[in-house]
Amino acid sequence: MRYDCIIIGGGVVGCAVAYTLARFRIRTLLLEAQNDVAMGTTRANSAIVHAGYDPEPGSAMARTNLRGSAMMEELCRKLDVRYERIGSLVLGFSEKDRETLARLYDRGVKNGVPGLRLLDAAETRKMEPNLSENVACALYAPTAGIVDPWGLALAMAQVAVRNGTEVRTDAPVTAIARDAQGFTVTAGGERYEARTVVNAAGGNADVIHGMIGGTGFTLHPDKGAYYLLDKSQGKLVSHVIFQCPTEKGKGVLVSPTVHGNLIVGPDAVPQTDKEDVSTSSESLDFIRKTAALSVDCINYRDSIRNFAGLRARGTKDFIIGPSPVDARFINLAGIQSPGLSASPAIAEEAAEWLRRAGLALEERDDFEDGRRRVEFRKLSRDEQRALIEKNPAYGRVICRCETITEGEILDALHAPLPPKTIDGVKRRCGSGMGRCQGGFCGPRVHEILAREWKLPMEAIEKDRKGSYILTGETKGERA
Amino acid sequence: MKELICIVCPSGCHITVGDDGTVTGNTCKRGEAYARKEATHPTRVLTTTVRLESAVLRRLPVKTREDIPKEKLFDAMRALDGVTVRAPVRRGDVVLRDVCATGVDVIACRDVNA
Amino acid sequence: MRADVTVIGAGPAGLAAAIAAKEAGAGRVLILERAQEPGGILNQCIHNGFGLHRFGEELTGPEYAGRFSDRLEGIECRYDTMVLALEGRTVTAVNPKDGLFTVESGAVVLAMGCRERTRGAIGVPGDRPSGVFTAGAAQRYMNIEGYRVGERAVILGSGDIGLIMARRMTLEGAKVLACVELMPYSSGLNRNIVQCLQDYDIPLYLSHTIVRIIGKTRLEAVIVARVDENRRPIPGTEFRIDCDTLLLSVGLIPENELSRGAGLEIDPHTNGPVVYDDMETSEPGVFACGNVVQVHDLVDYVSDEGERAGRAAAVYAERHPDGGAVETVPGEGIGYVVPQRIRRDGGENDVTLFFRVRTPCPKGELVVRDGEREIVRKKRLHMTPGEMEKLPIAREAVRNAQRLTVSLERAQEGTR
Repeated sequence: MRYDCIIIGGGVVGCAVAYTLARFRIRTLLLEAQNDVAMGTTRANSAIVHAGYDPEPGSAMARTNLRGSAMMEELCRKLDVRYERIGSLVLGFSEKDRETLARLYDRGVKNGVPGLRLLDAAETRKMEPNLSENVACALYAPTAGIVDPWGLALAMAQVAVRNGTEVRTDAPVTAIARDAQGFTVTAGGERYEARTVVNAAGGNADVIHGMIGGTGFTLHPDKGAYYLLDKSQGKLVSHVIFQCPTEKGKGVLVSPTVHGNLIVGPDAVPQTDKEDVSTSSESLDFIRKTAALSVDCINYRDSIRNFAGLRARGTKDFIIGPSPVDARFINLAGIQSPGLSASPAIAEEAAEWLRRAGLALEERDDFEDGRRRVEFRKLSRDEQRALIEKNPAYGRVICRCETITEGEILDALHAPLPPKTIDGVKRRCGSGMGRCQGGFCGPRVHEILAREWKLPMEAIEKDRKGSYILTGETKGERA
Repeated sequence: MKELICIVCPSGCHITVGDDGTVTGNTCKRGEAYARKEATHPTRVLTTTVRLESAVLRRLPVKTREDIPKEKLFDAMRALDGVTVRAPVRRGDVVLRDVCATGVDVIACRDVNA
Repeated sequence: MRADVTVIGAGPAGLAAAIAAKEAGAGRVLILERAQEPGGILNQCIHNGFGLHRFGEELTGPEYAGRFSDRLEGIECRYDTMVLALEGRTVTAVNPKDGLFTVESGAVVLAMGCRERTRGAIGVPGDRPSGVFTAGAAQRYMNIEGYRVGERAVILGSGDIGLIMARRMTLEGAKVLACVELMPYSSGLNRNIVQCLQDYDIPLYLSHTIVRIIGKTRLEAVIVARVDENRRPIPGTEFRIDCDTLLLSVGLIPENELSRGAGLEIDPHTNGPVVYDDMETSEPGVFACGNVVQVHDLVDYVSDEGERAGRAAAVYAERHPDGGAVETVPGEGIGYVVPQRIRRDGGENDVTLFFRVRTPCPKGELVVRDGEREIVRKKRLHMTPGEMEKLPIAREAVRNAQRLTVSLERAQEGTR
């Protein structure tokens, strides 16, 4: 089997590349090491679309952030992904901060960020009454937004699959050989051939590049932990609330999420293990203490989850472009923050590099763009009534916290890239995202998965491969 | 002398059984009987499930009709591993007679339609 | 659609309420239940210990539920039905058979029960593997569906469901290695410590907590540490327990999505709606009972509360209370009081106050006062937060009262 392009990595960047390439008359394969797409950094980050005042003017980060941020609204509308342009505030707490904010403002203007404004304390508090008394000033960026990051990655991958892109999960790449024709990629024990490769392997992009003898960058994971709070805390602030960066660090953010929760974090802890996404009490203490500078009335008793994600640090700027070893091998590496914001733009640039590497990118005339899905709880009562008349499965509520119906879960199971795990259903439908964290719906989703995939209950896993839930039947072995 | 927490009801009375068998600290007759038994040969009611066939449910909740010697609990569990009940079942139906020669039957705890 | 009394939930509270409403003369009584059958959580509580007060015998959960579901003659039940909203006395619900429907009700009884606190709510750090269950979810897997959730288990929290599950898993062949409790005393019933832990030599670590969860895919171990008097882990006291299963039994919270959505006044202590002595909430004609109001230890009292709510709902249309109400408040040593309000012109009966002490108290006196005036004083032994206290007071004493404070006096300290 010969492909025109193999994309390594099914995070938001890899999925964006798949989506971008799907409109062309080429054969594309996406290889993902885990059992689903969006399993790494994409599912554990701040879920922010940055306005773009932060990156150095002239950098790849600045260029792709601005372009990505500008693309995001239309993209999310087309793909039915939750996105809200709620604007952000960078808070200053001192005179020194005021100077830093002025510098950020200038940088933003240079980067072309629209609508930036410096606010005094009164203006700031008027926009956000729940901010702490410490706030002295702020930089307001109206174009910043919040997004459903795994939803975005999934939607892009689904559209790609619907248009013929192939996706292999549980396919960690272990070797890459190259010759005049292209590359032979060994993944999950299978060999795949392609004329070009896009390396979107996130924190492992250095390892993948190393497989063709590439050097030049080494990635170190940086772990960031977060609190996710119940919807009762979700309206505490209505913008993304950053803190003014100081020599001590970038501070932590407080923001609503597109799912109606409040997210607080992250810290930044360098580490060696590229798999370790555990949280620690030190991190969580630090986040609470630091966040209190901005908002001191967060009720952590209403926390529903804490989690951590890794960011690929090690490069000052994004690396977007052909490997020095082979021009047909495109690196998309060191995609740390603002990678999520930049992902659609990074994918565009990747396509351009593939074109320059000799891949003929001709637009297809049968490309089916866009995606729609039923979200029961967002419909009017009349629409809900009509929907259930057509399909009674929409009348059975499986997740009570988020009002997710069996119909929506069945839709996900019959869509491209269907979920295999309970968390896979969660990422697609939102079941188990609420305050009971799947305590009620988990076993019911479990049953639906077993029934639809015709598998024994014991074979259904929660999340990653190996995360089994049941260890057998009661009453000994079945007679 | 033996000090016990009564398990007869949720009050959880603190009962003392003297060396001569006198029971103090109980607030009801059942507590007294429990304490005497607990001091000499403790017993428990076993509640568990058995396999169920031809019903929507896969397991039927069951219990020993009376308390059985504590040391026979695991034997009784093993005996029930081999039991499969076919629906319909009515509450109180005997599922297994004289479990582990205790003289006590295991009975169904709920109705299940076929 | 119209109903005289609509009951949301067919667990012990809702069943008792519906039956009592029917018996009190309500015409059309409708129960809306999200499961496929009545009984609620009782169906998975296959252990015994239910109904001693009410029936004078120890029943299992399914048996106790059966005693009520046998009496549903003349009551309309819709199962597989989720209530989406409550506005005034209008209930909007959905199920696959009837689709989306609204019920205009003469009175509504909320009986949705409670839910379990989760890992997120208590903020245990570490990995996020499978094998971490709330005790109730594990109970459902084992008792209803017939699956084993693991082989080597640790229980965090000594709530009753956790203790019951420790025994249940042991009987089904798993090894339960420890029960870890943050407080210096158990929050479960004493009888359950005896018959679920001691009977099976399962160690109970009081004043300990889990400080880390380890396992990238399935749970591999937990790190346990002793805590100081402020419940902070003491560095250096950590030890590791290798296990594949962690059950959380760390508290129950009234299921109040609907109550909040309907704009009912919520008591910050109980997290349930504020109720009058007849279980009416702040919304006229909307009643609440059972664990949706306050988390009970004993189902018998849930049924009592349900019956009170059901009766009051049935006669709601004819009653126009206007004599005002007396507030009840928790005083020294008391966590909360239910009912939060007592009507001055309520029924003839005496009123029972339900509440919990804040810390264990081997011996003390429970006092109800109206300002300086003492209304009731009762000596009590063996009080603990895990066991609900109740205290009857005469309605007569309430008629002229302003505000009733319940407090614990002359308390001896220490655990029992």
